Amino acid sequence: MKLTLKIWRQKNAEDKGQLVDYKLDNISEDMSFLDMLDVLNEGLIMKGEEPVAFDHDCREGICGMCSLYINGEAHGPDRGVTTCQLHMRMFKDGDTIYIESFRSKAFPVIKDLVVDRSSFDRIQHVGCFISVNTSGNTQDANNIPINKQDADDAFDAATCIGCGACVATCKNSSAMLFVAAKVSQFALLPQGKIEAADRVMNMVNQMDEEGFGNCTNTGACEVECPKGISLENIARMNREYLKASI
Amino acid sequence: MALDSKIPNGPISDKWTDYKNHINLVNPANKRNIDIIVVGTGLAGGSAAATLAELGYNVKAFCFQDSPRRAHSIAAQGGINAAKNYQGDGDSTFRLFYDTVKGGDYRSREANVHRLAEVSANIIDQCVAQGVPFARDYGGLLDNRSFGGVLVSRTFYAKGQTGQQLLLGAYSAMNRQIGRGKIKMYNRHEMLDIVKVDGKARGIIARNLVTGEIERHSAHAVVIASGGYGNVFFLSTNAMGSNATAAWKIHKKGAFFANPCYTQIHPTCIPVSGDHQSKLTLMSESLRNDGRIWVPAKLEDAQAIREGKLKPTQLAEADRDYYLERRYPSFGNLVPRDVASRAAKERCDAGFGVNKTGEAVYLDFASAIQRYGKEQVKIKHLDENDAALITKLGTEVVANKYGNLFQMYEKIVDENPYGTPMMIYPAVHYTMGGTWVDYNLQTTIPGCFSIGESNFSDHGANRLGASALMQGLADGYFVLPYTIGDYLSADIRTGKIPTDSPEFDEAEKSVKDQLERFINNNGTHSVDYFHKKLGKIMWDKVGMARNAEGLNEAIVEIAALREEFFKDVRVPGTLDSFNQELEKATRVADYLELGELFAKDALHRQESCGGHFREEYQTEDGEAMRDDENFAYVAAWEYKGKPSEAVLHKEDLKFDNVKLVQRSYK
Repeated sequence: MKLTLKIWRQKNAEDKGQLVDYKLDNISEDMSFLDMLDVLNEGLIMKGEEPVAFDHDCREGICGMCSLYINGEAHGPDRGVTTCQLHMRMFKDGDTIYIESFRSKAFPVIKDLVVDRSSFDRIQHVGCFISVNTSGNTQDANNIPINKQDADDAFDAATCIGCGACVATCKNSSAMLFVAAKVSQFALLPQGKIEAADRVMNMVNQMDEEGFGNCTNTGACEVECPKGISLENIARMNREYLKASI
Repeated sequence: MALDSKIPNGPISDKWTDYKNHINLVNPANKRNIDIIVVGTGLAGGSAAATLAELGYNVKAFCFQDSPRRAHSIAAQGGINAAKNYQGDGDSTFRLFYDTVKGGDYRSREANVHRLAEVSANIIDQCVAQGVPFARDYGGLLDNRSFGGVLVSRTFYAKGQTGQQLLLGAYSAMNRQIGRGKIKMYNRHEMLDIVKVDGKARGIIARNLVTGEIERHSAHAVVIASGGYGNVFFLSTNAMGSNATAAWKIHKKGAFFANPCYTQIHPTCIPVSGDHQSKLTLMSESLRNDGRIWVPAKLEDAQAIREGKLKPTQLAEADRDYYLERRYPSFGNLVPRDVASRAAKERCDAGFGVNKTGEAVYLDFASAIQRYGKEQVKIKHLDENDAALITKLGTEVVANKYGNLFQMYEKIVDENPYGTPMMIYPAVHYTMGGTWVDYNLQTTIPGCFSIGESNFSDHGANRLGASALMQGLADGYFVLPYTIGDYLSADIRTGKIPTDSPEFDEAEKSVKDQLERFINNNGTHSVDYFHKKLGKIMWDKVGMARNAEGLNEAIVEIAALREEFFKDVRVPGTLDSFNQELEKATRVADYLELGELFAKDALHRQESCGGHFREEYQTEDGEAMRDDENFAYVAAWEYKGKPSEAVLHKEDLKFDNVKLVQRSYK
């Protein structure tokens, strides 16, 4: 395949940044999107230019490190996958591909396509846990039976990989889907109910402080979420928030 | 220097309890004055950092990722072992201990493994209390599955994302301590050296990967939890950033490196598709619970399949060779990983491989789909003769168990594994070798500890499935917090460790010198060019099957490649900015040394055991042949300036509770 890439280049947080054109040849359909960027970077290094910086690590869709806004979509045109699981067979010979970073005030650019998502971490520091010490003296695991449906729903919420696609894709840069997934996982389990009120209040407050926008229920986040986190979680978080407020 | 493993006296089942009853403790007021550095935030590092902070120590945790939650433990799929015996199928602490020692081909330390088995049940209790959503049955109780090399169901799981859920559990425990200010988190930081003062580990030099700044951090003890070194092969199931730098730097400063040749080649990975590939993807071993592994029985069928003239689904049962079921009737598809990997290689080498490259075998779910489908129509009182319905319901059961894995496979290979068998081939996955540690998990540098995959102690020459998660959390939650306290009890009057000492000056200077050398080198090849070359030498000559000739060649070739690398590598960008090529360069420099020691260790071990298979030492039917008389020891290597001059120290392994026999899964 022959491709034209238009890639966001930005030296650092202060730099203004711009889209730069690159031509690539000999790209195989079996390559992953990030393999393709590796090929581009290898060529840039050989030409004495700086390679394109992008975040990635596990390259199997679970660590949540990779990002990228590809042709106007978080994680690109495929559904239910992260950028690292996107394959070149989703594109055609001769295509032009726009590659930008995830954009949000709460995700400042570090360099090129790499953004700082530590705002997600800070939201979790204020409540994303159950206060139990790791003494090993807790009760036997089977003393807390949990309804299978609740356990499965909690698991589904817990599969969020914290990549930030929901924020990047939202016109308001809202982090509601992410925070709701975290709140829901614990709200659905008996172990999490004791601190449920404090948790939701603290996490939502921190989310607002970080500069994320509000939710207007467009549902774009659910469509782009690589792990299929459901909008129902947002409804659940709103109920939890309301319960905690009255 | 003689190796002292510091194994407590007494019967094996009492050692850990007695040990805990007699160690020195640090009182809570003194803990507040003690700093601990933890490098790596996977299951071992994350759980250790959280627990040490809960106890009251001041913890500084480091990870190269942008958040501790992204450490590669997150990619572990299948499950975590624990001797709970919830299934009532005969499991016990002793059985888990026994299976692990046997599975490790009798090359692990009995006392450590028994302790691991003892604390395994606590891990499950702890994780459930933290809100880890393990799979449950309809009664609301925890479910289990089976893994390779054992005859009981002791594996707890959360679909195919067990590692993710456990790591998020450890991360949530960390969050609580970060919020309280007891853990100071350093994301996007990489440790580039350890600092020793008066022979003790007293701090590290780290690079801030965003600004490029070189930082000094001091502490009373340093814990290395940086994972394994599988990326020495370039292609592996490790994350792209997984590296051995922290472990290798402490090795160069005095920590012995044990059994580097023990590497696990995992049998069920997606086969390599081409030269462009940057990493390999694992398909969980749990798939072998339901998938049957086969190749065509006739060479001409295999040929036709490779050429695309024949489809696997067209082959009659009689024309298929379910070679694991044939060779190992008692364990069948659930033989341990080393055995399954070698069996796949044997069939492919004999010409029965099923993809274009000839390096793939089938993993087939058709019979599982039928079996589950028939069960479902019975349970739901539906038409037992409706074949389409049976397939549909069976597919749903399989999707519920392994859905995310099947999806992952389909995205990568572009084939639907519900309709046609998956293709799999072995790939580098885990390293059993690592930093030598004593019973306290302390390395040969006082005050420097090593936990999780980065140490060597629990898995011998082969790790059983679902045991890595168990070991990581056992070390971090339940073992290290005791053993490190015993060491630190002598340090309560030391006071803050200053960073303006000559030792810190010197370590920082050597780090800066190396980085500058890379940037100013202006060579003609990228870091990846050298890494790929190293990977090829390792896979071809130090991979699944090794022999003296190939290993001798590898040692020479790696040393030459290393020299070429330092002369000719090109690292673009600057020192004082975000520079991913510079990060890679420091990691590959270490792999180029580690790889040579790895080959040297493989050459010296003139026997086959677990993941280490020497072609010269095999039984008539191609099974690994151990030499217990001469090699029942841990090979701990001491650094002496370069890998070729490393000095061997032996820790003899004593087996008082398990009888050494030839491992048989027939």
